[in-house]
Amino acid sequence: MSTSSTTLAELCISIAAKAWQKDGEILATGIGLIPRLAVGLSKLHFNKDLLMTDGEAFLIDQPISLGQKIPISSAEGLMTYSRVFDLLWSGHRHAMVSPTQIDKYAQMNISCIGEYQNPKVQLLGVRGFPGNSICHKNSVFIPNHTKKVFVENEVDMVSSLGFNNNTYKPNIGVVVTNLCVFDFNGNKNSLRLLSIHPGVSLDEIEENTGFEFEIFSESISEIPTKTELKLIRNILDPSGIRENIFGAKK
Amino acid sequence: MNKIVNINQILSQITDGMTIGIGGWGARRKPMSIIRAICKSDLKDLTIVTYGGPDVGLLCSAKKVKKLIFGFVSLDIIPLDSHFRKARQAGEIKELMEIDEGMLQWGLRAAAMRLPFLPTRVGFGTDVLGKNKEIKLVKSPYDDGEELIAMPAINLDVSLLHVNTADEKGNTLIYGPDPFFDDLFARAAKQTFVSAEQIIKTSEFKKAEVAVYNHFERNLVHGVFHSEGGAHPTSCDPNYGIDIAHLKEYSQASDSFDDYYKKFINISNNEYLDAVGGMSHVNSISKTIF
Repeated sequence: MSTSSTTLAELCISIAAKAWQKDGEILATGIGLIPRLAVGLSKLHFNKDLLMTDGEAFLIDQPISLGQKIPISSAEGLMTYSRVFDLLWSGHRHAMVSPTQIDKYAQMNISCIGEYQNPKVQLLGVRGFPGNSICHKNSVFIPNHTKKVFVENEVDMVSSLGFNNNTYKPNIGVVVTNLCVFDFNGNKNSLRLLSIHPGVSLDEIEENTGFEFEIFSESISEIPTKTELKLIRNILDPSGIRENIFGAKK
Repeated sequence: MNKIVNINQILSQITDGMTIGIGGWGARRKPMSIIRAICKSDLKDLTIVTYGGPDVGLLCSAKKVKKLIFGFVSLDIIPLDSHFRKARQAGEIKELMEIDEGMLQWGLRAAAMRLPFLPTRVGFGTDVLGKNKEIKLVKSPYDDGEELIAMPAINLDVSLLHVNTADEKGNTLIYGPDPFFDDLFARAAKQTFVSAEQIIKTSEFKKAEVAVYNHFERNLVHGVFHSEGGAHPTSCDPNYGIDIAHLKEYSQASDSFDDYYKKFINISNNEYLDAVGGMSHVNSISKTIF
């Protein structure tokens, strides 16, 4: 890992961390490595009021360093799964998730790919996506921005509510990928480009997205500040586990 | 009153086609010694209700599952369960009720409260409704008139749970910080059987500080099975963590289940503990840091 130049993982963590900046006192949940580090950075730097968990059963006041081998010694509260459900149903949460598929309506899929009765690829199951998407805000992190993820048609098994529903609308925050940053605030809640990561072209993004998106800005994504980098490198992930997420590709 | 039973007494209460609830969550505090016993029994066509982990995977590979009522199947540390995936991808699970994990809680709670359903908005706008035609809607009788999903009660014939400590009367203690939904599984079932790391005398429950770890009443418990290491390879906090090395071996065994079956299932519980390195090994598995 280079100590001087910013890596793609660090860029994504920094951008993703800003998702919770204006959320106030809500539960921030980052599912997966980069979203989890982003919650940690957000808590340390952008929004100290956030509630966060140890990923198991406790609310914690300070993020756990990645790779830490000893259990937490102090907690500020209890957050059992039962309480997570109670809390999220009233909307007091903003999660960042990494669906296997996402479509132009922001419908997401983590259940299975292919025919439902005999799927080509079985994944996790819908898990909490139906409830999360109708109850609270969700941001998205996509580590492998391709047409397999940003699918041309609707996702195979709709696990989360999209903008095509007549009665309910999801609340989608930021969509951070390995290529760029989107939101779903385009015309009629279409996908909208906000910035492009350094070294990535607009063509590359279009080639890897299965549906059309609006272009709000082609500016270059904001790189992390020295303070942010210090927090990521020294506090949140001192052993550099974050660099495994993109493999050898980037 | 003495509810201490052996594994065969539990199996004798389970029959083909029953709906079985399994406590725990993912790779945490699953009653695995009872699950392995079901795998080597003649039981078939079970409906399994669970926050799924290797309990689902083993029962799938042992061809015991007719219907699965679930929100997910995960080994936590290893995101997906290879045995469950193989069964699904081969179209082997004939009936599925795939629902949001909160809807699963709602279905268990409705059963626990002896209600036909509980209302929710969770599920609207997703294929959970489309794929589960049995889930119907209900209109609020109040001025709002809102249309809601009526999550049906999930009534269980038998629930199987693993706890840290129990006594012969069926009092139980779960020392881990999260009891998951074991209380609802116990309340939603006609009969509940618990396996326990240790059996103690009722007099040892007397401290009020200890009683806060008691999450459901003994009159819900029909049998107590002493099974040290009974959750292995899942965790039983604070006794032991998830056996990640074993779960890796388990994951690799989805294409060679016969070998895994011979080595770890078609043996007695004591032989199983020896095969995984003994209780000294199990108790040495450190707590999983997520």
